[in-house]
Amino acid sequence: MKLAYWMYAGPAHIGTLRVASSFKNVHAIMHAPLGDDYFNVMRSMLERERDFTPVTASVVDRHVLARGSQEKVVDNITRKDSEDNPDLIILTPTCTSSILQEDLQNFVDRAQMDSKGDVMLADVNHYRVNELQAADRTLQQVVQYYTEKARKKGDLPQGKTEKPSVNIIGISTLGFHNQHDCTELKKLMGDLGIEVNVVIPDGASVHELKNLSRAWFNLVPYRELGMMAVEYLAKEFEMPYVDITPMGVVETARCIRKIQQVINQQGADVNYEAFIEDQTLHVSQAAWFSRSIDCQNLTGKKAVVFGDNTHAAAMTKILAREMGIHVVWAGTYCKYDADWFREQVSEYCDEVLITDDHGEIGDAIARVEPSAIFGTQMERHVGKRLNIPCGVIAAPIHIQNFPIGYKPFMGYEGTNQVADLVYNSFTLGMEDHLLEIFGGHDTKEVITKGISADSDLNWTKDGLAELNKIPGFVRGKVKRNTEKFARDRGIKNIDVEVLYAAKESVGA
Amino acid sequence: MTVAQSQSSNPESLNFECETGNYHTFCPISCVAWLYQKIEDSFFLVIGTKTCGYFLQNAMGVMIFAEPRYAMAELEEGDISAKLNDYEELKRLCLQIKRDRNPSVIVWIGTCTTEIIKMDLEGLAPNLEEEIGIPIVVARANGLDYAFTQGEDTVLAAMAARCPKEAPVAQSDKDERSGIKKLLNFGKKKEEIAQEESEYVDHPPLVLFGSLPDPVVTQLSLELKKQGIKVSGWLPAKRFTELPVIEEGYYVSGINPFLSRTATTLMRRRKCKLIGAPFPIGPDGSRAWIEKICSVFGITPKGLDEREAQIWENLEDYVKLIRGKSVFFMGDNLLEISLARFLIRCGMTVPEIGIPYMDKRYQAAELAFLEKTCKDMGVPLPTIVEKPDNYNQLQRIKEIKPDLVITGMAHANPLEARGINTKWSVEFTFAQIHGFTNARDILELVTRPLRRNNSLKDLGWDKLVKEEAQV
Repeated sequence: MKLAYWMYAGPAHIGTLRVASSFKNVHAIMHAPLGDDYFNVMRSMLERERDFTPVTASVVDRHVLARGSQEKVVDNITRKDSEDNPDLIILTPTCTSSILQEDLQNFVDRAQMDSKGDVMLADVNHYRVNELQAADRTLQQVVQYYTEKARKKGDLPQGKTEKPSVNIIGISTLGFHNQHDCTELKKLMGDLGIEVNVVIPDGASVHELKNLSRAWFNLVPYRELGMMAVEYLAKEFEMPYVDITPMGVVETARCIRKIQQVINQQGADVNYEAFIEDQTLHVSQAAWFSRSIDCQNLTGKKAVVFGDNTHAAAMTKILAREMGIHVVWAGTYCKYDADWFREQVSEYCDEVLITDDHGEIGDAIARVEPSAIFGTQMERHVGKRLNIPCGVIAAPIHIQNFPIGYKPFMGYEGTNQVADLVYNSFTLGMEDHLLEIFGGHDTKEVITKGISADSDLNWTKDGLAELNKIPGFVRGKVKRNTEKFARDRGIKNIDVEVLYAAKESVGA
Repeated sequence: MTVAQSQSSNPESLNFECETGNYHTFCPISCVAWLYQKIEDSFFLVIGTKTCGYFLQNAMGVMIFAEPRYAMAELEEGDISAKLNDYEELKRLCLQIKRDRNPSVIVWIGTCTTEIIKMDLEGLAPNLEEEIGIPIVVARANGLDYAFTQGEDTVLAAMAARCPKEAPVAQSDKDERSGIKKLLNFGKKKEEIAQEESEYVDHPPLVLFGSLPDPVVTQLSLELKKQGIKVSGWLPAKRFTELPVIEEGYYVSGINPFLSRTATTLMRRRKCKLIGAPFPIGPDGSRAWIEKICSVFGITPKGLDEREAQIWENLEDYVKLIRGKSVFFMGDNLLEISLARFLIRCGMTVPEIGIPYMDKRYQAAELAFLEKTCKDMGVPLPTIVEKPDNYNQLQRIKEIKPDLVITGMAHANPLEARGINTKWSVEFTFAQIHGFTNARDILELVTRPLRRNNSLKDLGWDKLVKEEAQV
């Protein structure tokens, strides 16, 4: 048992659901008790999704506990199959079904006989893997399933596309700025003269999966999601992949050079050096930003970085290599992939921190007192408590991290966005500090304005006590309304009853 | 039989249906969110998995960052396979909580996992309580058995067993017990307190149950005081150490519709008499609630006519917006019957009331009041759908096209995108909705989507999905 208040990566089924609901016309059925369909709320709220999230629960209740699911799961699958005609239904185990140890594969096999669509059991163990690992595994599983299916039917397309082409693998729902990154990556591929063959899982149909092998190579922008799928494709079709995250000016260039090498090996004859130079010097503002006076002021400032592998590693390199900022420590909560992270960042920071205990991270922040933090929402709150500004760079995230404006972190526009994020975090911190030195904009005590400033009214103790229970930001308004109410009626003593009578009369 | 058919077959009384139970609601462990704030000296330990933790973390949003007095005891593979000793593990965590927070009570929330692996929390608690010297209350608020607000019911039912059995007799004891009360009296003289007592009619002790924000507790207590009724205590009180005395023969009354286990416990275990009344939600409900309590104590209520009329008058601007409109409750928090009854009194029609669980005995007075309200207002009786099926409900919503759907967040945005007004149901559990004073707050919530969409109505932006996607 572990005492825990907060977790960075969610439970395994969340990863499976993220992949399932990213695909078009794929439905997930969770084998779970009532209330475990909270994923639907998150997707509907955070992504502001217009469509119903294609996830339902086959509810595990007391009866299931006593007698087993029996026909229930099979019925729910076939029912969903006839209601929505999905291409694929993924039966998703949860922590509850992990310990019930029902033979879910058997349910899947039986349901498959009566379903028009395909039915599959997500192969994830709740107690062994987290959200990210489960998502990675589920994506690979779906890719493998449809590759094998096409091969069996003999309609696996042969050969490559005529022009160089790419699959972008790992864009998913509830991923940090995934939609914007995807747009930016497609634009980048367009600029490089590379066709986008298939993007998975987001917005893809499972029918497209058999075409994956037609691309010249795969691009995996995120370390956490897609690696298993591209490794599978590499094994099956000898497809090369590029797993350099194009985040930051230097890494974007490195990613493009790698792409150049990969496609030239297959007979293309491209040279992207001029493109890289043009983008770096003239299109992206980030390179110029790092030369400008503003950025000079950031030299040697202390920062700490924490997040998932992809974003924390890329951010650390940007801060240290491109902006001259001193990264005291960089950390990740992807403990299962810690070696990769260490290898990526160790030359760019003093210390590497691998943990998923937010308390430890909070202490590490307090210890080094950085000028800015780049982390998740949790670090943002630590920053608030310690009065240190924080730029959010990775999940877990809140609704404000799903902006509707265009905010990629990848590609050349991404470099601009990251530069803004970094700059704004630091200046705000500086401003705050200067304000403190010079005594602030204004005094903290706001002079009471309006009619109650010079009150002829008497608040009784119980009235005052009740008034103080009202949240600060409306208290002034309630006080004024109540006093007006009392004055209008010639009431001299305001007690708790007058307070509520006033509330009823003005309806505020 | 479809819901529509059954409704036409018997228009004279309420129709009760039961569907598949495939619906969206919050897990009952969410009750820790409001209970830890209500009971200030408590600590809630949810014994479950990452799934439970993830739900709490996301459902409670910013509250999580405020050093909450709750935590997960996250079960690991060793706990599931019984490689680790439950008692020793819980002892280790509870000692850590005692050291860091020193609470007056630790509430263990049992979850689905503890049910399935049959962890004997009720058996472990008394021993551990003895060993560490802090009361441990066990509530099995899991998704196998309960929905959302029923979580509070399981906690309060467990708390009911901890209420002191008898009022201290000796004056010295009394002084000790009411030390805090004395402070609150600001050193008032004895005569003054005695005079305060005389404002009440002589009636047997009344204890109210249900967790409400403190301002609402004050409001409802004052409301009864106007009738000369004294509230001897609330379950729960602000602090665990202030749980009310409950003796055999006391009267109790529930203020929320989801407290049936607590009511049962108070009646059977504590030998209390339950005043079955409609719940004080809406001015009509508040009045009926007070009247019922008065009638049990043989008091003639005074001034309620004017009071109710006054409130309705103040609500008129909001009532105008919803009169003649229809509202569909998908059902997820058990407040549905009372809210529907109030909205029918406001002039709305209700084609369907979805509800997770319907206790016809505990809610009897509320159901009768609903029936009467429908007759008074001349509207058809709604169908009450227990354990609804969200998929079927969406088909019915598509067919009926109600003016407002009260639903969970999973369906709200998709419905809005299809031009259907929605109100997020969870807000009703967190807003202050009880008593005369807060009737306006209910309508503030109900009318918000209508007011918002009134101001947007000329833009032609109602339907924002391309093809009618499959519901």
